[in-house]
Amino acid sequence: MEWLSQLFGSYWQNVQMVGWTLVKIIAIVGPLMIAVAYLTYAERKVIGYMQVRIGPNRVGFWGLLQPVADGLKLLFKEIIIPTASNKGLFLLGPVLTIAPAFAAWAVIPFDGTMVLANIDAGLLYVLAMTSIAVYGVIIAGWASNSKYAFLGSLRSAAQIVSYEIAMGFSLVGVLMCANSLNLGNIVLGQEGGFWHWYFIPLFPLFIVYFISAVAETNRAPFDVAEGESEIVAGFHVEYSGMAFAVFFLAEYANIWLVCTLAALMFMGGWLSPLPFLPDSILWLFAKMAFLVFFFLWFRATFPRYRYDQIMRLGWKVFIPITIVWIVFVGAMMQTKFDYLFH
Amino acid sequence: MFKQMKNTLGSLMLIELLKGMAVTGRYFFARKITIQYPEERTPQSNRFRGLHALRRYPNGEERCIACKLCEAVCPAMAITIESEQRDDNTRRTTRYDIDLTKCIFCGLCEESCPVDSIVETRIFDYHGEQRGDLLYTKEMLLAVGDKHEKQIAADRAQDKNYR
Repeated sequence: MEWLSQLFGSYWQNVQMVGWTLVKIIAIVGPLMIAVAYLTYAERKVIGYMQVRIGPNRVGFWGLLQPVADGLKLLFKEIIIPTASNKGLFLLGPVLTIAPAFAAWAVIPFDGTMVLANIDAGLLYVLAMTSIAVYGVIIAGWASNSKYAFLGSLRSAAQIVSYEIAMGFSLVGVLMCANSLNLGNIVLGQEGGFWHWYFIPLFPLFIVYFISAVAETNRAPFDVAEGESEIVAGFHVEYSGMAFAVFFLAEYANIWLVCTLAALMFMGGWLSPLPFLPDSILWLFAKMAFLVFFFLWFRATFPRYRYDQIMRLGWKVFIPITIVWIVFVGAMMQTKFDYLFH
Repeated sequence: MFKQMKNTLGSLMLIELLKGMAVTGRYFFARKITIQYPEERTPQSNRFRGLHALRRYPNGEERCIACKLCEAVCPAMAITIESEQRDDNTRRTTRYDIDLTKCIFCGLCEESCPVDSIVETRIFDYHGEQRGDLLYTKEMLLAVGDKHEKQIAADRAQDKNYR
């Protein structure tokens, strides 16, 4: 320690802070990667159970090592780069998809004090990061130089842009209630039992947010970007091995992210549902798992939307609903029923 | 007008979607019907038509008398038989080949056999690592018969009254 501080001199403080931040980043990303790996396992199990099957159960006890086996398999496979592709962009695509999915976790508060960067406009940062992710998809589709990949990325781009509006509007409702863009403050605004959580006064917005989140992450029934029945696998047809796995990881990391956001903004984050129970990070995990389960449930239940239906739903249904409810909430806040919305 | 309003309201409340989710949600807890194949197997009929076998009489004499009815009846022409007279003046096969890559497992060979020699067993999970491995010769077919004679005899006994 002594020689270290001599080595860095007056910079020792900064070095220490960077070191601590790195440790914190690892403490967030490590468990996140495990959660992402086991989400793929959970998905196969849950969908299997809903189809009266058992799902993976051969690798390890109850198939618990299946994600490890899948990961190793993909790791050892060759990454084929098509000759007609733009090599630099081709490899940049997966990186650009997964980086924002992880970067957005920087502002997620896990607890009253457990947050990597407690910035004031945390919500805007998250929205910005999730918007960047679509560039990865577009670049991947473009750089592949394949018509299917290109069609998939175009679909994905149009869809994500459309649903981002509905998603953003539904978050405006949360901002009006919480009077803050800081995610920690938004959670603290819901203190005092589950009847104070925002999903009750903002129920239509909560539903719109959640369905938009499914569309944002390109999940069934909004997975036309993959559309294996008509465009093979969409933007990642040309990807193989680890490059493909990175897209896969990004998709599941995004699912965890949008579910965490929903848990924070509509379901009181780490706060306990009943006032006499202690607040804990475990509540947040339970809420995240609860919401993620719905993603799997949707996938097991609904057939894929037609593309024009997706666009109709986004523009002609969700956006009007959110605007109407925002106006309603704003009007109610001017009356004596104001207390219902805080 | 009223009906249209009802429809709009119903789709806004996601009623149909929730009904669908109720179905999958119910099946989530339903008993699973998967059969774990190598450990568990589905029930098989005693008339199951799987891998072929050539049978012997209890005294060890092979049943086949080289009448070549099976060769004649085989629609896929998968059976090849050559025969000669043995020293005790009985006719026996010198060659009895079944090309399992041609065989369609119709069971006509077994139907046509006057001495119940060629039979199809319950065995369905065999494999060959090369194409040639599925060209079964007389020795291989007799070996299958010797190994599974008990099961083969039991299956035939069970079916006797219906023939």
